Amino acid sequence: MKKSLLTAALVVGFSLPALAQQITVVNFGGANANAQKKAYYEPFEKTGTKVVPVEYNGEQAKIKAMVETKKVTWDVVEVESPDVARGCDEGLFEKLDYSKIGNKSDFLPAAVTECGIGVFVWSTVMAYNGDKLKDGPKTWADFFDTKKFAGKRGMRKGARYNVEFALMADGVKSGDVYKVLATKDGADRAFKKLTELKPSIQWWEAGAQPPQFLIAGDVVMSTVYNGRVDAANREGKNLKISWTGGIYDLDYWVVPKGTPNKDAALKFIAFASTPEAQAEYAKNIAYGPTNTKALAKLDAKVLANLPTSPANSGDALQFDLKFWADQGEQLEKRFAAWAAQ
Amino acid sequence: MSSTLATPLPGLADPQALRQSLARAERQRKLRAISLTLPLLLFLALTFLVPIGVLLKRAVENPEVANALPRTAVALQGWNREGTPPAEAYAALTRDLASLPDSADAGALARRLNSEMPGARSLVMATYKALPLPQTTPTSAAPEIQAALLALDPRWNEPAYWQAIAKNASRWTPDYLLTSVDLRRDAKGTIGRVEPEQRAFGRILIRTFEISLVVTLWCLLLAYPLAYWLTTLSARQANVLMILVLVPFWTSILVRVAAWIVLLQSEGLVNHALQGLHLITQPLALLFNRTGVVIAMVHILLPFMILPLYSVMQSVPPTYLRAAVSLGSPPLAAFFRVYVPQTYPGIGAGALLVFILSIGYYVTPALLGGADDQMLSYYIAQYTNVNVNWGMACALGALLLAATLVLYAIYRRVTNSELSLG
Repeated sequence: MKKSLLTAALVVGFSLPALAQQITVVNFGGANANAQKKAYYEPFEKTGTKVVPVEYNGEQAKIKAMVETKKVTWDVVEVESPDVARGCDEGLFEKLDYSKIGNKSDFLPAAVTECGIGVFVWSTVMAYNGDKLKDGPKTWADFFDTKKFAGKRGMRKGARYNVEFALMADGVKSGDVYKVLATKDGADRAFKKLTELKPSIQWWEAGAQPPQFLIAGDVVMSTVYNGRVDAANREGKNLKISWTGGIYDLDYWVVPKGTPNKDAALKFIAFASTPEAQAEYAKNIAYGPTNTKALAKLDAKVLANLPTSPANSGDALQFDLKFWADQGEQLEKRFAAWAAQ
Repeated sequence: MSSTLATPLPGLADPQALRQSLARAERQRKLRAISLTLPLLLFLALTFLVPIGVLLKRAVENPEVANALPRTAVALQGWNREGTPPAEAYAALTRDLASLPDSADAGALARRLNSEMPGARSLVMATYKALPLPQTTPTSAAPEIQAALLALDPRWNEPAYWQAIAKNASRWTPDYLLTSVDLRRDAKGTIGRVEPEQRAFGRILIRTFEISLVVTLWCLLLAYPLAYWLTTLSARQANVLMILVLVPFWTSILVRVAAWIVLLQSEGLVNHALQGLHLITQPLALLFNRTGVVIAMVHILLPFMILPLYSVMQSVPPTYLRAAVSLGSPPLAAFFRVYVPQTYPGIGAGALLVFILSIGYYVTPALLGGADDQMLSYYIAQYTNVNVNWGMACALGALLLAATLVLYAIYRRVTNSELSLG
């Protein structure tokens, strides 16, 4: 009896690798997940590895808990830029073997890091409803000017992005924002400017909210992730973006440390980093490719909506990962104190 | 001792033996009863007491610096924590960082020091990655290593980073708990208040109580008449209404929150109805502020008030009220002076239940509230998920736990009874 059980266990144990392999890919959900499904998951499954998509909201605690308890069930995870550096430093992610992924020089410089490779470039920008506002805001000074544009503004609940926008509204050039913000006076200045707008701010928590606010007319303008505007416009809405002073950033693929499917995970990442797959992704949602060779495969109409196109990125500010890794906790706490005043 | 109490029972030859066997039987009965509850006790211990214990431990645990920088801690012992530390500390730090077994240890150290002194993360990680220092060997004299470290990053000249290391050299720290009540220890260990722009948690705790109190009062106001009405109905009618109370109770909180967004938005049903009735001309701001949070929370928590009230009210005989009226009391006075006092246990239980459930609310304020409507749990989630500072998250959790226990103690003192759910 015991022997037969053991044999059965052995048979199961040895036959597992023969079964179709499957990997779990974790994304941020919404329109982005749909675009990933079309451009990455479905074509990749044709190579013989099943992709199980899982949605999360960027909670690094889940990855930390998995790695610490050595029960890693996520194979590839999309993470935001501050988490790539931090997770890499703290040993949550595998170091990437670029020889298995592709030529480093094909990618944007910011996309190539020790533990994560850029998935796409996205931007936080200001947007308004073209049906309700004919002549929208052009600059952050306009966004903060409640006399010129009466009504509520949607802003993300938290300090990140908002302090940068406040400084730009206060006249700081986009290139100097992080230099100013690093000083005590600069941070004071940002919060002082935010205080002016505070009574008119309607806070949002999830990326799907600001397009809803704009469509419902709850706010006249809002900060928003540019891909969400694109997704709403694909459904027939008429939301408009002002790209001036937008903050662009990358999302990255990482592989949690200790996953049993590391090879398949790397194969997936390599597949998703090809120019063809990235061009297909950009056609489905207006986020810019990190593989520079993908741009040649896109037509002018798609390019016009991407944060990476020259017309849109002219005055844009790159999110400063190092600054936020150092100052983020302090600034978020200050924001909590400020909001309570 | 028992012999002094033993009075011989009449008609028994050996009362002592009988008493013993009685006691034995009693003990066995107790043991059997306990063994029946054992699975539950074990379950409670594993799922409730152990996690709380771990949480409390994490709130005071501080292993990162002690693990990563043992030599530096020794070298900093004699330092008066003013100005720059002795050159030996620089040498010890370099040696400690160089001998870390894994980059993850450097990452943990960087995170810990950064939450004490912003900027320490990049400083520690850059130094760790730059090792070994150029033009020095492990046997170089301490001043040489100091010069090389300063050449690498002049921030090592700033005392604040060294103070952070010295302060966190011990394995246990009160800092997380102090921060959770807006206090801090300075470099010398004196406790004082944090800078005004960093004072957040005191106000957040007060706000948490404020929202919970308002929600509890509204729940009581709405639930009391409803529960009273239920008791006056026939059992059949009461059952039907009870199902109406319970159906939303069984619906997912997220679904109900989403439904409230649809109802309360400026172009939503409520505003349209009010405008249609010409009660208002401009849509009311019912969402993403305190009003929205309170409306949704009252709706979600109402059953927790109705159920204990209803069960207590059912046990109140209606004859007392009738007797009071027949003896000449006006009906309203009779209701408040005779009926209401008899439902105090239900009011107490319901209010405490709703209040304690409220202070832990997270999803509803996060989705329906603005930046200044967030309760303590929102910040616990933020420290857990966004900042990955679990020490701080645990300290805030401990604060919430302590607040709940204090409230329960006050409740017991005031009502002089245990919590009863009818």
